[in-house]
Amino acid sequence: MEGQIKSKGISRRKFVGIIGGGVVFLVSAWKLAPNLFLDEEGNQINSSTDFEGQKVTVWVQIHEDDFITIYNPSSEMGQGSMTALAVIIAEELDADWSKVNIEQSSANPSIYGAGWGGRGRSMITVGSRTVSSYYNTLRQAGAQARFVLLTNAAKSLGVSIDELTTEPNKVIHKASNRQMSYGEIAKIVKPMDDVPDIAESKLKKPEDFRLIGKIGPRFDIPSKCNGSAQYAMDIKVTNMVYGVISRSPVYGAKPILLNKSEIINSPGVVNIVELDHGIGLITDTLELALKIKPKLRIEWSTGNKAENFNSFDAYNTYPEIAEQRLSSGNVLSQKGNISNGLKSGLRTYSSDYKNDFVYHAQQEPLNALVSVAADGQSAEAWVGTQAPGNNRNAIAQELGIDPSKVEFHRTYLGGGFGRRSSSDYVVEATKLSNVQKQPVKLVWTREDDLQYGMFRPQSLQRMEASVDNSNNIIGWKHIIVGTGNNLLGSGAKPQFYSIPNLHVEVRNINHGVRTKHWRGVGHGANKFAIESFVDEIASDLSIDPLEFRLKLMKDSPRAQNVLRTVAERANWQSPSANGRAKGIAFAERSRSLAACVCELSVDKDSGRIIVHKIWATLDAGVVVQPDNAIAQMEGAILMGMSSILKESITFRNGQVEQSNFDDYNILRMDEVPDSLEVHIIPSKVRPTGIGESGVPIIGGAIANAFATLTGKRLKHIPFTPTKVKLVLES
Amino acid sequence: MTELSINVNGQSQVVNVDPTTPVLWVLREHLGLTGTKYGCGKAICGSCTIHLNGTPIRACITPVAACTSGKITTIEGLSENNNHPVQKAWVEAQAPQCGYCQSGQIMQAVSLLKNNTNPTREEIKSYLSGNLCRCAAYMRIINAVEIASKIS
Repeated sequence: MEGQIKSKGISRRKFVGIIGGGVVFLVSAWKLAPNLFLDEEGNQINSSTDFEGQKVTVWVQIHEDDFITIYNPSSEMGQGSMTALAVIIAEELDADWSKVNIEQSSANPSIYGAGWGGRGRSMITVGSRTVSSYYNTLRQAGAQARFVLLTNAAKSLGVSIDELTTEPNKVIHKASNRQMSYGEIAKIVKPMDDVPDIAESKLKKPEDFRLIGKIGPRFDIPSKCNGSAQYAMDIKVTNMVYGVISRSPVYGAKPILLNKSEIINSPGVVNIVELDHGIGLITDTLELALKIKPKLRIEWSTGNKAENFNSFDAYNTYPEIAEQRLSSGNVLSQKGNISNGLKSGLRTYSSDYKNDFVYHAQQEPLNALVSVAADGQSAEAWVGTQAPGNNRNAIAQELGIDPSKVEFHRTYLGGGFGRRSSSDYVVEATKLSNVQKQPVKLVWTREDDLQYGMFRPQSLQRMEASVDNSNNIIGWKHIIVGTGNNLLGSGAKPQFYSIPNLHVEVRNINHGVRTKHWRGVGHGANKFAIESFVDEIASDLSIDPLEFRLKLMKDSPRAQNVLRTVAERANWQSPSANGRAKGIAFAERSRSLAACVCELSVDKDSGRIIVHKIWATLDAGVVVQPDNAIAQMEGAILMGMSSILKESITFRNGQVEQSNFDDYNILRMDEVPDSLEVHIIPSKVRPTGIGESGVPIIGGAIANAFATLTGKRLKHIPFTPTKVKLVLES
Repeated sequence: MTELSINVNGQSQVVNVDPTTPVLWVLREHLGLTGTKYGCGKAICGSCTIHLNGTPIRACITPVAACTSGKITTIEGLSENNNHPVQKAWVEAQAPQCGYCQSGQIMQAVSLLKNNTNPTREEIKSYLSGNLCRCAAYMRIINAVEIASKIS
């Protein structure tokens, strides 16, 4: 099955020495020792080399038939990194891409994790950081695997390694006109005691890349066009039963099941599991679970913090908090003297922006299959997750066992967007299976997934700025008030705008409801506010918003280039047709830079905003898979547009007021623009993140185009037709 | 529980289920045809789209009893070797991202092209607007339908 995720990666095979017609290369960032192998639990065995204290990892298997298996440590949720990471290894290995297969690695962070942010190795696919965090490690891994092949070929051919070169899947000895395929070398390869680090200078130069920047098709796509791609929802194992949970409507409320005997005596009901936050129901079939779930009569405890929370009313309390003393919250960024900066300006500006909670709405609702052994001392799990390492630990912790006793299978994810980086749903499935001691497939309904969601925080953005007599912004104050702690602050620092006096601060209020990373985290809301505010100032000064931004970016030619390029591609200076207008915005995310121009019109009768065209540019360093990067930008821009135009989660008395896609609207196909052009700026520097870069640029572009078109400014996302009409009539 | 016979992808299958069970669960959990997906359970998102006698239906709200006299086609039964023109176009356009909605998108697109071999962009958007894609791979899905209309 092409493109299928094989969850039984290397750890389930017993590799001792050279077996099964192939050799496994165990590659660390710095060493490669083919004589180190892993047992079923992923533990190192048969070591003849002292690697104590080193983290030894396994990436490549070469088969005698010349095929190559590359192990993928990342979670594949549609962002394409399972292919991109394999491309990076294959490039330095000098592999023939048509002979490469990709399999999932085991979920063992000490082997397959990447270090980032100084936090040690972790296996977590978040923050658009997969390719950038694995790039150097996997180039080295590929180069070291190639070195082993060269060393063995040199011995076999009786020549010096320096006389050998490689072509895809071949070692060549030009002088004697001889060659060995990688498959042939796999037959004779001998373990090496030590493999040197391959010097950076010996790695391929970007201009010599055969695969990086060139490979188009993603490995997983064929299986996603014929129904064979397996998501956790699709896994079925012997003796499996189904679980659903009726969860607290108000976060924190505890349940008492009032009709337990009636439910437990219903045909097909296997068990009832009373949890802190809900009632679990285990049944023979899924349809029965779904049918009986609404019949659970549950009394919920009261007195929880969230139960007085009304999200719209909460906005009324934010301005007062925004006016509190400077630095009363969490200061994210400070420069110069903000009080003097704001006071000494020739003109001053102030503006408030708001954003409602938004829901992940990943198309595959949360689910997990966990099987706890009869003695409770081991478990097996099948999960579509962004955080396999954390999930595995969470299962182990729940059962009080060592993580090595959890056999963890990773499947494709039917969307993640930040929701699947938590372990809550995996722990729930573990609890049900631990009571039942049978494999339990826990399924969240769409309503469960939405109403017990974790949302991108609601917030108010209080912006203040001052401008001197040369139209330079000399003071910039951005106070974010909302619920969601660190989630609120990302992207709030305008790091590519040169402003001498700056203050950025988050003031968190705990409303008692759940918040979570949502694609781009705080960038979506913060960049909308920042980019709108920049345009407000430019408009008041009668300066072209492109020119105004270029001046703000005077210390960053790279950012200027991204913005200038999008302006050129969108013909920024040429006026739009009657009834239409363009808007521009810039944002950095995950160290990549992106800019956007959109052109829209407004249907004044309905209040509907119609986005006709979008142009975007991206500077993300070396782009491993350009076509996929474009796909990511397209998707992220449109998902961002969905959040800007349509999406809103509201709470009344602590309860989420929406329940499914009929009252939580997301973008549909008849709402997409006529064209969406993405241009990737060529670069030779190390890759930066891509998957979220499209989200933060679209909000400002839409708001700014709307302001240019109508003279009115939309300041509260989402820009629903009702809100648009209110603003137009104001 | 009732013993029911349904024809799926040209094969007759007997299942023992409550007749009101949505055919989605019969296909997925009883027959192992997991290519058809659950997304909303209320016919709002289109992830469960299958064909009944060649017409697209939402399997999540259709009782299995309503399918006993007709022929069901799922994504698994669309082609022998994954070579239906729409599937080939989907790969060529690199349409899927997470892929979870794509079986439904493809089944809906197949139905469009059967009735309208050369749809306009607006017709494509309109006919597929009941199929949600949270990855918002919409530009490529539209492109894929256009490619398919040329090769079919």
